[in-house]
Amino acid sequence: MSDTQAHSVAYVRDTMLPQQPAPAGQSGAVQWLRENLFSGWLNTLLTLLGVALIYTLVMHFLPWFLHGVWDANSIKECRTIITDRYGEGATGACWAVIRERWHQFIFGFYPPELYWRPILTFLLLFVAVGPLLFTWVPRVLAWFTPVYPFLAVWLLWGGSGWTPLMIFAGFVLGAAILLVLSPRLGSIMAFSIGAFVAILYFLFVVGPLIDGLQAILPWGLESVDSAKFGGFLLAITLGVGGIMMSLPLGIVLALGRQSDMPLVKGFSVVFIEFIRGVPLITLLFVASLLLNYFLPPGTNFDIILRVMILVTFFAAAYIAEVIRGGLAALPRGQYEAADALGLDYWKAQRLIILPQALKISIPGIVSTFIGMFKDTTLVVFVGLFDPLKGIPDFIRADFNWKGIYWEPFIFVGAIFFILNFAMSRYSMSLERRLQRDNH
Amino acid sequence: MTEPQFERQVDRSHMQVSDEVAIQIENMNKWYGQFHVLRDIDLTVQRGERIVIAGPSGSGKSTLIRCINRLEEHQAGKIIVDGIELTNDLKNIDKVRREVGMVFQHFNLFPHLTILENLTLAPIWVRKTPKKEAEATAMHYLEKVKIPEQADKYPGQLSGGQQQRVAIARSLCMKPRIMLFDEPTSALDPEMIKEVLDTMIELAEEGMTMLCVTHEMGFAQAVANRVIFMADGQIVEQNNPHDFFNNPKSERTQQFLSQILGH
Repeated sequence: MSDTQAHSVAYVRDTMLPQQPAPAGQSGAVQWLRENLFSGWLNTLLTLLGVALIYTLVMHFLPWFLHGVWDANSIKECRTIITDRYGEGATGACWAVIRERWHQFIFGFYPPELYWRPILTFLLLFVAVGPLLFTWVPRVLAWFTPVYPFLAVWLLWGGSGWTPLMIFAGFVLGAAILLVLSPRLGSIMAFSIGAFVAILYFLFVVGPLIDGLQAILPWGLESVDSAKFGGFLLAITLGVGGIMMSLPLGIVLALGRQSDMPLVKGFSVVFIEFIRGVPLITLLFVASLLLNYFLPPGTNFDIILRVMILVTFFAAAYIAEVIRGGLAALPRGQYEAADALGLDYWKAQRLIILPQALKISIPGIVSTFIGMFKDTTLVVFVGLFDPLKGIPDFIRADFNWKGIYWEPFIFVGAIFFILNFAMSRYSMSLERRLQRDNH
Repeated sequence: MTEPQFERQVDRSHMQVSDEVAIQIENMNKWYGQFHVLRDIDLTVQRGERIVIAGPSGSGKSTLIRCINRLEEHQAGKIIVDGIELTNDLKNIDKVRREVGMVFQHFNLFPHLTILENLTLAPIWVRKTPKKEAEATAMHYLEKVKIPEQADKYPGQLSGGQQQRVAIARSLCMKPRIMLFDEPTSALDPEMIKEVLDTMIELAEEGMTMLCVTHEMGFAQAVANRVIFMADGQIVEQNNPHDFFNNPKSERTQQFLSQILGH
C-alpha cells in the first residue's frame, strides 16, 4: 500500500453534522388516496366494489331509519303512519315500542315506584369502583368499595336493614380472626379457622340473629322478588356481580394451578378444565334445575344468586387461564429476586408477580369480562327475562306489538355495544397508563 | 504469565478476616435429576472474607452460591449460614435470606416499580421498617452507588451498569451480613463493567463478607483474599490470589487461566 493511499483511507471528521428535518412533501390527501386505495388495478377494483357495497347497504337501511316513528301505540299504527307519510310499500322503523316499553328493557318488572333503588345502586357503582379504576379519584372513597356489594344487594332486593349489616359483620369476623391469628399460626391455618368460623356463622347464627334484631328494632326496605328482575337491570346485576367475583377467583385458580401442592393443583386443574369444557347453558341448567335436587327441600336459594355463582365460575375458569399466560410470561429472575430478598410466597405474589402478570393479562381479562357480560343474556333459557330475548318476547306477546323484531334487537344491541365499548376503551387506556409507568 | 492489574488503588485497612464462621458447607452434594452438579463440596467462609469463585461454564459455581440462599436445594450434606442450617424449614430459609444479599447476572430489578420502590420494598415488607426510614436508607445507598438522581425513574430507563448498581443497593438496603454475586458483570457492556466493579470494591473495603462468581480476574486480584477454582461440580483448587494466578497447582486451573487471560 502506497503512502498516498494510506493517507486517503485514514480519515478524521472535523465537524459533526447537526440533525436535519426529514424531506417534506411525502404527505397529503391525494397522495394518501393514491397509495392506499388506487395503487394498482386490483386495488382500484376492490375500492370501487367496496364503495358500491357500502352504498347499497346504506340506501337499503337508511330510509328504514329515517322513516322511524316514535309516536304510536301499536305496530299497526306505526305502519299506517309510515304509509301515509312515505307512500305505499315504504318501510320504516317503529321506535314507538322503545318509547312505550323502555322501562321494561331497563328494569324488567321492577316496581316503578321503586326505580330509584336500582338507579341509586347503579350510580353508587361508579363511586365504589372509581378508586380501583382511576388514579384521580380520591383515595378516601376506597373505604366504600368493600361496603358496596352489601349495600347494592340490599338496595336491589330490599328486606330487613339488618341483613346486609349482619352479613357484612360475618366477613369482618372472618377477616378479624385471620388478622389476629395469622402471626401466631401462619396464614394458611389462620385463613382456615377464619373461614370455618365465618361459615358456621352464616349457616347457623346469621338467620336467627337477623330475625331477632328485626323483631326488636324493625327497619328496612320493601322486598322485591327476583322474579321481578329483568332487562338490563338483570344483565348488569349478573355482569357486575360476575366480574367482581370472577377476577379474585380466577387469580386464586391460576395460582393454584401453578402450586407445588398436589391437592391444590389437582383441584384447580379439574375445576378449570371441567368448567371450560362445558357449555355455559349446561351450567345455567345446573343452576336452575339440578341444584334444587341437591339442596334440602324448602331451602329458598335465590335463582339470580345461583345463576350468578355459575356465571362467575365460568368466567373465572377462563380468567385463570388468561392469568396463567401472564404468569408464564414473567422471567424466572423475578421470582428469584423476590425469594432472595426474603419475601414469602404471598408477599412475592402480591407485590412482584401479580402486578406484572395482571398487567400482561389485561386484554385477555377484559375480553373475558365482555364475553361474560354478553353471555348473561343466556339466562333466558332458565326462565329469566334477559334484555335481548326475554323482554322482547314478553312485549311481542302483547297484541299491539306482535311482529316487532328489529327495533328491540337494535336498541338492546346498541346499549350492549356502548357498555362493552366503554370497557374496551378503559382497558386500552389502562394499558397505556401502565405502559408509561415502566417505559 | 501476565498478572491482571486493576487500576484502582484498593484500601485494605478495613478488610479483616475474623475467626467467626459466616458460612459452613460440609460434604454438600446436589443433583439435577440424574446429573450430579455439585460433588462433595466443603467450604468454610469466615466473616470478612472476599472469595472469588471461577471456573468454566457448567462447573457448578453459580449453583453453589445459589444453594447458599436456598434458591437451589441441596440433596446431601450440610449448609450452615450465620449459624442457621438450611433445611426444608421455611422459617429458617426466610431468616437466612434476610441476612444474605444476592446480585444476579441479569439484575432482576422489578420493572413495575420505581428505583426507590425497588429499594424500599423488602425493608418495608420483610423487615417492617417504617416507610420514611426505609426511604432514607434507600437514598443513602443510592448515593453510595452514585445514582441518587435516578430514584424516581423506572428500571427500564436506566443503563445496564446503573441497573446493576441499583440491584446492589437493593440488596444492601436489607443490611445483609453476607453478599453473593452471581456473575454481576457478565451481561454488561465493557464500559459499564468498571462502574459496577468499583461499587463492589467499595463494599469490600468496608469489610463485607462476599462470595463472587465472576470472570473478572482483575477484580479477584485486587480484592479477593481467596480464589476458588471449580470444575465438574468440584472445588479443584483454592489459594490466595497471588499464588493462584502466579503459581496454579492443578493442570485444569492452568488451562483455564491461560484461556481467560488470553495469552
